[in-house]
Amino acid sequence: MNKLGYFGQWGGAYIPEVLYETFRELREVYAKAKADPAFWQEYLTLMGSYSCRPTPLTHADNLSRHFGGAQIFIKREDLNHTGAHKANNVMGQGLLVKRMGKTRVIAETGAGQHGVACATMAAKFGFACTIYMGEEDVHRQRPNVFWMEKLGATVVPVTTGSRTLKDAINEAFRDWVSNMDTTHYVMGTVCGPHPFPEMVAWFQSIIGQEARKQILAAHGKLPARVYACVGGGSNAMGIFQGFLGDPEVDLIGVEAGGKGIDTGQHAARLASQDASPGVAQGYKTMFLQDSDGQMRDTHSVAAGLDYIGVSPLLTDLWEKGRVRFAAATDQEVMAALDLTIKKEGIIPALESSHAFVQAFKEAGELNGGQAIIINQSGRGDKDIFTIAHAFNDPSWKDFIRKKGEEYATR
Amino acid sequence: MQLADQLRQARSKKEILLMTHLVLGYPSFAVNREVIRQMVANGVDVIELQIPFSEPMADGPMIIKANQEAIANGTKVADCLAFAAEMAAQYDIPFLFMTYYNILFKYGVEDFLRKAKEIGIRGFIIPDLPPEEGGEYLRLAKPLDLAPIQIFAPTSTEERMRTLAKHGAGFIYCVARRGVTGSKTEFDASFDAYLARCRKATDLPLAVGFGISNRADVQILTGKADLAVIGTATIRLVEEKGPEAVGSFIAGLR
Ligand SMILES: Cc1ncc(COP(=O)(O)O)c(C=O)c1O
Repeated sequence: MNKLGYFGQWGGAYIPEVLYETFRELREVYAKAKADPAFWQEYLTLMGSYSCRPTPLTHADNLSRHFGGAQIFIKREDLNHTGAHKANNVMGQGLLVKRMGKTRVIAETGAGQHGVACATMAAKFGFACTIYMGEEDVHRQRPNVFWMEKLGATVVPVTTGSRTLKDAINEAFRDWVSNMDTTHYVMGTVCGPHPFPEMVAWFQSIIGQEARKQILAAHGKLPARVYACVGGGSNAMGIFQGFLGDPEVDLIGVEAGGKGIDTGQHAARLASQDASPGVAQGYKTMFLQDSDGQMRDTHSVAAGLDYIGVSPLLTDLWEKGRVRFAAATDQEVMAALDLTIKKEGIIPALESSHAFVQAFKEAGELNGGQAIIINQSGRGDKDIFTIAHAFNDPSWKDFIRKKGEEYATR
Repeated sequence: MQLADQLRQARSKKEILLMTHLVLGYPSFAVNREVIRQMVANGVDVIELQIPFSEPMADGPMIIKANQEAIANGTKVADCLAFAAEMAAQYDIPFLFMTYYNILFKYGVEDFLRKAKEIGIRGFIIPDLPPEEGGEYLRLAKPLDLAPIQIFAPTSTEERMRTLAKHGAGFIYCVARRGVTGSKTEFDASFDAYLARCRKATDLPLAVGFGISNRADVQILTGKADLAVIGTATIRLVEEKGPEAVGSFIAGLR
């Protein structure tokens, strides 16, 4: 009964006719790769030698002691090359691009992590690369823009719509419908038309495969709960896949609560009552939209979570009660980030910090014989401007002021 | 009379038919009203009314802007339906809705189709709804005598075209080139070969759109296609010279 590319009632491929053949080819090359054990081996070798796989599972003993409950473990996707889980997906799709014989890649990016990963892959494999990024995100993730350009990518600031991730996706599609013969669109998350959700989830499943083995080795049994932040849902699907078959493991997705669910300024699709079923950006899921079906503006301090839709795989798991959803506000995120830095010497990305918030709220409910895993999807270095601003850091401000003066006088 | 037959009949009297397009609520319904009056007075044969959507994925900069501003001006789907009802009652030519699937989905596909039928709309162009996803829409449209217009692209294989044609009615919208709406189209030998493939795949009238902006373009299509679609060109014209300029522009196209 299940239609192609559907997870329960969610997903599908709502694509313009001009891309029909392109998607047919992509489905084919993906199916072939999936059926070929040598492909996954090639992927593992690449990720082991070019990135930092397997990434460690760190026991956060200071945080565990601080909350006096569960043993807290952190899956360190921040230690991937380029600093986030995005590399897992990008390198996998890069291998497919080689198989398809295409010479150019394009991508959307919110936080800039996917853009940097994609530009890195393009540099390594010798592809031309264009990255679409909402103008608002260009401003708040400036260090990543710099690195993408240094890596040889063209970064196009998108000025339509809300100037964030969804608008970057629209622009990437507009490029693709013109240039599909030479170009592959490296979708950065488990959203968009089939086969992207399923394919990206496949590449990200490496997180869960490792984490399951690592927690069994370190803790001797499965964790009680696993936490991951959810933008589109790729790092969450990545780690959750390691535990989907273990009903005793609670899976918790944490969305952006922004300025608070009550304010309407958030990006909580499944943790709030504000989303409804819809079809946009090529797939069916729960969208933050008005009663006419126009997409609403979302807000999050974390550019990578500031998005109207959510993976059809996660919406299905939510509907079936397998994954529980919560939201973390911008303010809570800053506090959790600060605590993690101070207690563990680890700097999570603003996106990842959402998962830490919910884990910290719940750690005390469990006992010391139980374990929880937080998926640290990325590192916080990219967020230095936003974090320094949020902490109102005087010496940083002074530094920026002086740099400004230095450039102004030249 | 069915839309396809009506177009064939009109086509027997004219060498090529003209279909124009506008975005509802942009810059205002008052301007839409005046533009349509001039289009009809100058012989336009079919009009495509685009209900604005916040994520117009298949459109280029000009139409994106029109969609965005229409929504920002407060244009609601209900306003578009009321305006379309007024136009369809006032003028004798066929009116179609062009929009993205979420607008129908959110309204309720069946309710939307029944409403469209009731107000005199003749068909739909939904660029992000391939037949594989449009089961309910296709099943409901035909008994209501509404045309679910299908789209051919230069990348469509002949087999794909035949599949699409089977689901279509009214006419086939042949996208002239890759890319989005708004930029220029080159009418070269590969374009002719493409149109020949389209012609072979279906008996339905063929409309050609994307980048058709002047008399020369329309002339090139004459004898090859049944309808020429003018989209971005009139939106740009209204923006630059106001709605008054539309009549003479349309009159000068053929
Ligand atoms: C570090 C990090 N975590 C999480 C996300 C959110 O994406 P996803 O939900 O697909 O993992 C992003 C996206 O940019 C990111 O950069």
